[in-house]
Amino acid sequence: MNGFIGVVLFLILAPVAGGLIAGLDRKLTARMQGRVGPPLLQPFYDVGKLFEKERVVVATAQNFYILAYLAFIVLSGALFFAGGDLLLTVFAFTLAHVFLVLGAYAAHSPYSHIGAERELIQVMTYEPIVILAVVGFYMVTGSFYVADIATTTVPAILYLPGVFLGFAAILTIKLRKSPFDISTSHHAHQEIVKGVTTEFSGSTLGQIEIAHWYENVFLLGLVYLFFAWNPVIGIIAVVVTYVAEVFIDNVTARVRWQAALKSGWLAALLAVANLLILSYMMIGGA
Amino acid sequence: MAFLKRSPWILHYDASSCNGCDIEVLACLTPLYDVERFGIINTGNPKHADVLLITGGVNEQNRPVVKNLYEQMPEPKVVIAVGACAATGGIFRECYNIVGGIDKVIPVDVYVPGCAARPEQIIDGVVKALSILEERRERMTGEAQVQEEARHDAAEAGESR
Repeated sequence: MNGFIGVVLFLILAPVAGGLIAGLDRKLTARMQGRVGPPLLQPFYDVGKLFEKERVVVATAQNFYILAYLAFIVLSGALFFAGGDLLLTVFAFTLAHVFLVLGAYAAHSPYSHIGAERELIQVMTYEPIVILAVVGFYMVTGSFYVADIATTTVPAILYLPGVFLGFAAILTIKLRKSPFDISTSHHAHQEIVKGVTTEFSGSTLGQIEIAHWYENVFLLGLVYLFFAWNPVIGIIAVVVTYVAEVFIDNVTARVRWQAALKSGWLAALLAVANLLILSYMMIGGA
Repeated sequence: MAFLKRSPWILHYDASSCNGCDIEVLACLTPLYDVERFGIINTGNPKHADVLLITGGVNEQNRPVVKNLYEQMPEPKVVIAVGACAATGGIFRECYNIVGGIDKVIPVDVYVPGCAARPEQIIDGVVKALSILEERRERMTGEAQVQEEARHDAAEAGESR
């Protein structure tokens, strides 16, 4: 029953929360750059406008792929907030991005194709860490179920500091922030045109934006899991992590894809070292 | 709903301008003028854009480019010609390669005068263009409704037969 309520709350509240977070993000970014910035509700205006525009379609398949992208992002978030299996959640999450890449490949545009290739590189970069984080949660709490991990009394962050640092590093990729926003970015509106979103316009682009809101809420949920033993600390940690990401976004330049890939795998190495030490400690303890 | 007026995304194209107007257009994005206050974003993609902002008198080489950019933008859209050259060809009007104003190639809605046009004037021009944009959107939704009703009537007539 709790799971059902979680799903319903996620479906309704996540786009609202995601949009507000995006609005706060833009406001905060503007203040960091000494600007006034757009109104708080700007992301909602943007998406509302996109749904008012004409539908221009290059290849009909692309709209289907983007709908599948949105559906699987929502599914992975819903599984997460229902307290479901974290592994299944992560796989649904990956599948969603495969649909985004397929959608970008469906249009015959070099910009879109470069965006798709870069998105694939990003998936390669962050995927190891995400899986390692799930493994880490299992080692600490003995369960793959979010419901168990979220109600654990074990402070996961103390056992998994390396995994958390690695996850924070790849979070810049997932939040589409510098220095790793190579496939498409919040700010680079002219770089390789707009990467993976180049060929999408109107309501299809709006769907990508909504999927991104769902995705951000899900990712912040994952951050929370590291601190789940104490809800107050958990929420503070989520806020601090997000503000830190905005700060990093504003003080770093975009790196090349080689550097992004190397950093991601270096972070994965850190997480592996963390898990190895943890398993050694567990064997020693038992 | 009038979301369009609150979120106009701009495509800026330099059709053989001397760069004077372009610098002023970019000045609008700096912290001093900060057009993002109005939800304005300078996009590089015609498929994401609502407002086409062109500087300079078009020359023979970028004439097809201007046309192409305009056609790639989804409706509703508006075109703003920024600066004297974009309006009439300016001091380059007599040149052998210059076509003249932007309106020789695509329909222009708002002309922003000046050499170079000031950032305040450009922002003013964009605000003027927004009301035209809103008018277009209303006409577009009206037309879509008429079409939908016609289709509905035709379907009903088909059923009764």
